[in-house]
Amino acid sequence: MEWSFVIEKLILVFIIFVVTLVIAMYSTLAERKIAGFMQDRYGPDRAGIFGILQPLCDGGKFFFKEEIIPAGAHKVLFIVGPTIAIITACISSAVIPWGQELQIGDRIISLQVADVNVGILYMFGVIALGVYGIMLGGWASNNKFSLMGAIRAASQSISYEIAMGLSIIALLMVTQSLSLKEIVAQQSGFVNWNIWAQPLGFIIFMVCAFAECNRVPFDLPECETELVGGYHTEYSSMKLGLYMFSEYINMFVSSALMASLYFGGYNFPFMNDLGWSANLITIVGVIVFFVKIFLFIFFFMWVRWTLPRFRYDQLMNLGWKMLIPLAIANIVLTGLFTLIKDTYFS
Amino acid sequence: MQLTNRKKVIEQKPMTFAERIYFPAIIKGLRITLRHFFKKIPTIKYPEEIRPYSKNFRGQHSLKRDEEGRERCTACGLCALSCPAEAITMTAAERKKGEEHLYREEKYASVYEINMLRCIFCGLCEEACPKEAIYLDGPHVTADYLRKDFIYGKDKLVEPTFDITKLKS
Repeated sequence: MEWSFVIEKLILVFIIFVVTLVIAMYSTLAERKIAGFMQDRYGPDRAGIFGILQPLCDGGKFFFKEEIIPAGAHKVLFIVGPTIAIITACISSAVIPWGQELQIGDRIISLQVADVNVGILYMFGVIALGVYGIMLGGWASNNKFSLMGAIRAASQSISYEIAMGLSIIALLMVTQSLSLKEIVAQQSGFVNWNIWAQPLGFIIFMVCAFAECNRVPFDLPECETELVGGYHTEYSSMKLGLYMFSEYINMFVSSALMASLYFGGYNFPFMNDLGWSANLITIVGVIVFFVKIFLFIFFFMWVRWTLPRFRYDQLMNLGWKMLIPLAIANIVLTGLFTLIKDTYFS
Repeated sequence: MQLTNRKKVIEQKPMTFAERIYFPAIIKGLRITLRHFFKKIPTIKYPEEIRPYSKNFRGQHSLKRDEEGRERCTACGLCALSCPAEAITMTAAERKKGEEHLYREEKYASVYEINMLRCIFCGLCEEACPKEAIYLDGPHVTADYLRKDFIYGKDKLVEPTFDITKLKS
């Protein structure tokens, strides 16, 4: 291990960290803007042009709000809750390949922080850990609404993780690899995108991603109409901010995951036929990847301002009686197609 | 026994397959919200953009001057008399020598106050005025913190002087 390698990775980590936080910040603005436009009004537009300074104002306000820890709360866990939520949200982006290699002089820099050969498993582990933040926070608040929210979050994430895992198994049968870098590299060009091989798997995965991110229509852990504020009822100041931030970071990361698993990540059509230099293709690839991510984030918000929330039994019905059987059927079908393809068309 | 024929039996049909998988309905909903996304927004961004007023809009009063810049008001009190809300008070004074360039008539209002909290902007004062001295042609009366600040005196009501020879069109 050379020093230059460590420094290179540290710089990359720093850049990704900053980009993640900035995108999460501006997601809050985008959410409000999109909500506005979908309801025939302008969103926030007083702070700076188009409200561009609004996230900064919100952040500043969060810092200056009074920090309240309820008397009956478990003090340590009350603070640990949002900390876990934000940390798991931030470290989950480590295995996502943001682009191909960049060549500077004779150094080749990979635009991925860690090429873990079980990248998908790492992602799943970290995303599953994220629910502990919500559970701890909800339990430590010593408030029945928070506890209800936390329990809902836990059972919801367990139910939907099964369907999500099963939909990923079908994808892995196609890609034959667990490394995200390799999965994205396989999807070079347009026809090789996994969405064409796994349309049903993608839909299942996307629905589960909505549930994992606690987004509408699956935002039962924080449903305002029943549970006041859900798991963060007792939170104030920046700790509430951290919870909200982690939600938006999760949304960003799962958009990135969906884009790289099913929509070819940094690959764009005809990328190898244009005769561009490798560095240019890499840079354009990164931009294309972010465009895909933004489209997914837009889709998340679009759905949020369209659909009402599921009732809790409907949520469980959908998870256990629809998505899991569908995911299993998808595995069987994928196996069948692979078998037919290998026997007759190879 | 049937009393009226208005009874309607509503039958709840089981959902069809298309309804049960939600997706057609979700796509329909998404199309509606997307249509609204590109619609023109009817909001008027107020301080920057002002809704056009009617031509006979009645706003804040102004006490007019004549073509030589003299105050037209002669403190006859007809406006105060006609005011249904009793918002106008005034004190009359006699014009002294050398003040002919300030006041048009021999008598003028030394104090002229309108309580903007009482005023109902009916416009009867401008109808009553024989000297065409008062018009409700100003902007909105703005908000304030104290009741006493709503009593507008001559400093706020009298039109600013301007040189009519330099006024174009």
